[in-house]
Amino acid sequence: MRVIIEPLQYDFMVRALVTTVIAAVVCALLSCWLVLVGWSLMGDAVSHAVLPGVVIAYVVGAPFAVGALVFGFLAVALIGAIRNTSRVKEDAAIGIVFTSLFALGLVLISVTPSQTDLNHIIFGNILGVSGTDLAQICVLAAGAFAVLVLKRRDFTLYAFDPTHALVIGLRPRLLGGLLLAILALTAVVALQVVGVILVVAMLIIPGATAYLLTDRFGRMLLIAPTLAATTSVLGIYLSYWLDAASGGLVVVVQGALFTAVYLLSPRHGLLGRARRRQLVNA
Amino acid sequence: MIRVEHVVARYGEVLALDDVSLSIRPGLVTGLVGMNGSGKSTLFKTLMGLVKPERGRVLRGPGSIGYVPQSEHVDWAFPVSVRDVVMMGRYGSLGLTRRPRAADHRAVADALARVELTDHAERQIGQLSGGQRKRTFVARGIAQDARILLLDEPFAGVDKRSEATIVRLLRELAADGRTVLVSTHDLHALPRLADDVVLLLRRVLFHGPVDEALRPENLARAFGLDVFEGVA
Ligand SMILES: Nc1ncnc2c1ncn2[C@@H]1O[C@H](COP(=O)(O)OP(=O)(O)OP(=O)(O)O)[C@@H](O)[C@H]1O
Ligand SMILES: [Mg+2]
Repeated sequence: MRVIIEPLQYDFMVRALVTTVIAAVVCALLSCWLVLVGWSLMGDAVSHAVLPGVVIAYVVGAPFAVGALVFGFLAVALIGAIRNTSRVKEDAAIGIVFTSLFALGLVLISVTPSQTDLNHIIFGNILGVSGTDLAQICVLAAGAFAVLVLKRRDFTLYAFDPTHALVIGLRPRLLGGLLLAILALTAVVALQVVGVILVVAMLIIPGATAYLLTDRFGRMLLIAPTLAATTSVLGIYLSYWLDAASGGLVVVVQGALFTAVYLLSPRHGLLGRARRRQLVNA
Repeated sequence: MIRVEHVVARYGEVLALDDVSLSIRPGLVTGLVGMNGSGKSTLFKTLMGLVKPERGRVLRGPGSIGYVPQSEHVDWAFPVSVRDVVMMGRYGSLGLTRRPRAADHRAVADALARVELTDHAERQIGQLSGGQRKRTFVARGIAQDARILLLDEPFAGVDKRSEATIVRLLRELAADGRTVLVSTHDLHALPRLADDVVLLLRRVLFHGPVDEALRPENLARAFGLDVFEGVA
């Protein structure tokens, strides 16, 4: 019991738990579509590319979300432009754009006074989340969550068959743009928790784990957030008792769970597959 | 009804459609035949508005298009059931959140019955045979009440029996007054499948009744002379 209760005596621990769970749930929801559209690399790119936007927003005193949105879309536009107007392929274009923008962010941080705050963006600073941070995170997360849940059927259709979406009069480009905007906002939420570098883990692992557990998209949308919330609570507690990096531990626990599911899932895990092969051969 | 007038389409340097004009009638099954790279998929994309023609225009009658994609373009591991896919045919007429109403569930059930997939409705789409997969997408077009059905290579990887089922289905759908356009390589199935045939090789080489289309001199032009000299 003490293991569970003691950390809750500290306000900063309670805030850390609440923030992490909120961020993890929104990221997990979004990750279901990212994994299926094949946008994992894009998630990586956008979550890194928002860094200069966040720094500039900090300097001019604008909301982080605005800077992140601008640079998130700028990154996607640049990737598209390089891919379409040169012989460089998409994965290379992604690699060039996001590392360059991320590097720009690092440079901006180094020349901005009051560096401590900004370094937290890179590695996350979950134990130092303030009341205002939490309020901002709640607003962004609630917005992203609402749009994802209300438009979930459209996003699923977009992921599955954008051509059909187009011929029945939906606008797949708009849906794709909306998904990217949510990606940029979600990155802002998550980077305050685990930091820019590890955001992509929260944007891929839960969806990929759920995908190995079910053949129903509706169930993925329940499984992924549930797993993400559980693993983040576990990660935060571990970080308290082991006195180790909290953002890192959240991701390590998510990775460990993915590994277990990958090996043991009755449907799509290695073991399940091996057993089915045996049945077929017998 | 579909009318295509002097359409030119290209991908960068590659000329895919060169001054294509066509008028495809409702109530018939029209076969679209041509060798690999002759522009069949591109013609479909122009009809759906996915590829903008460089010149010319596409006119269609009222009603939406139902599209049955080429198998290679579908992610069969996607976690959706047959019923989910067929329900996607209804989205165009649903509200903001696309929450299905009773009438939509009925339309989906009817469409599934019509393609004989009622018993497979809850399966994930990857757990279907080739023919069942095609019928799932045809059912989506039926649930959508599409007035135009476009099928890109629906018989690739489909056995003879499933092929016969699909052919019968397409003929029924055409008899309802729909416009049905089917691209295929399978010349043997053509007389059973299609009333009219379009032979395509970047341009329209022939458009007319199926028995005329299958004359050696017409096929030779569509598929390249050498092949058919060899056979003869
Ligand atoms: N996205 C693209 N980019 C560049 N060229 C393309 C693209 N898609 C098709 N092409 C070219 O356009 C021409 C027509 O292709 P299309 O796919 O329409 O042929 P098809 O008749 O459908 O062939 P298949 O029988 O192999 O499906 C071909 O030369 C092809 O190489
Ligand atoms: Mg094709």
